[in-house]
Amino acid sequence: MTAEISTARAEGLVACETCGLVSDPGGAHRPQCPRCGAALHRRKPNALARTWALLIAAAILYVPANLLPVMTTKTLFRTTSDTIMSGIVYFWKSGSPDLAILIFAVSIFIPIAKIGCLALLALAARRGAARGLRQRATVYRIVDFVGRWSMLDIFVVTMTVGMVRFRSLATIDAEPGAAAFGAVVVLTMIAAHSFDPRLIWDSSEDRTEDPR
Amino acid sequence: MPQPLPSLVACPDCDALYRRRDLAPGEKARCARCGATLYKAPGLLNPDRVLALVVAALICYAIANAMPIVRLSAGGITHTTTLIGSIGVLWAENRGLTATLAFATALAFPLIELSALLAVLIAIRTRPGAPFVATLLRGVQAVRPWGMIEVFMLGVVVALVKISKTAQVVPGVALWAFAALTILLAAIVSYDLRELWNLRRVEETP
Repeated sequence: MTAEISTARAEGLVACETCGLVSDPGGAHRPQCPRCGAALHRRKPNALARTWALLIAAAILYVPANLLPVMTTKTLFRTTSDTIMSGIVYFWKSGSPDLAILIFAVSIFIPIAKIGCLALLALAARRGAARGLRQRATVYRIVDFVGRWSMLDIFVVTMTVGMVRFRSLATIDAEPGAAAFGAVVVLTMIAAHSFDPRLIWDSSEDRTEDPR
Repeated sequence: MPQPLPSLVACPDCDALYRRRDLAPGEKARCARCGATLYKAPGLLNPDRVLALVVAALICYAIANAMPIVRLSAGGITHTTTLIGSIGVLWAENRGLTATLAFATALAFPLIELSALLAVLIAIRTRPGAPFVATLLRGVQAVRPWGMIEVFMLGVVVALVKISKTAQVVPGVALWAFAALTILLAAIVSYDLRELWNLRRVEETP
């Protein structure tokens, strides 16, 4: 099926990542897209190194994001701190299991699944794995699509803190866990953008030329 | 200077190269080996209709941020909450990073995207080739992944459910404005920006 398909790179052409125009860079040094002016690259520069760096940073921050409290509730009688997980347990116990599952999925499952999937994609691309190409392309598309929904908890914290301002009666404050969690989401999103899905397919082609 | 070849199209996900051909209404060109969508036949949206949606979205954005999202009562005290007010509380409580994230993704980037798109859609009617159109359109594409109004909308709903267990919650005008903005943005994003790039003509030298 793929036998008769050629690629822009194999033909010596470049597709602009910004506007999609295919062009022939000729011998230009640092070529720019003739239509939109963006810098042209055959593949995203240093895609694997950047993806790895961001994934490692995200994996490290995933620990404080889950161990540190994200919110503290102060009422007349007591002060309680909540981590992401204890917030989920609260929803589960207080009669909203649907919300508990939603927050578990976007705040705990998606970030770690995303880090794992991108790491596997980067490993397979480096090895030049030739199997499961289409499945890996699908995994990348899903990872890229769902990542933004992990920001949910940041917005829940922001709005809860903004809403519960009853001075002496009750206040809710944000804690450093929220910042660490937000950093995990942003880092994994940039990691997904840094990875170049075309590397998945390069394995089946000539790998000797400069991948840039 | 690189030579443009607008008659070709390369798959953004796997680099497979194809010759572009016209599509019948409702048709989609998909990559034969990875399944990515290469381009679509023009649908319901054209630049003028997207312009109308963007103007409507900017009006909703203004209402959503000027009016209260929710009114809350507990123990005889009532107060109203806005998005910018909540971000201000975080900032005042020394939660700068969390405040900045919320500010950027729910306030700043959506506004930058909508304003830049508005300017592009107005300018492209008379001067599609102007250099500043390219700069603005690249800006729209760069900020688009970071505008998260729809995620924010869901976050508001979750926060409301949580608070409503302990306090009386009355939804404000801005909540409905955010809901309308979410729907309008979904429609705007469904329009492929590459259609706008294609309005900038480049000649293929044979």
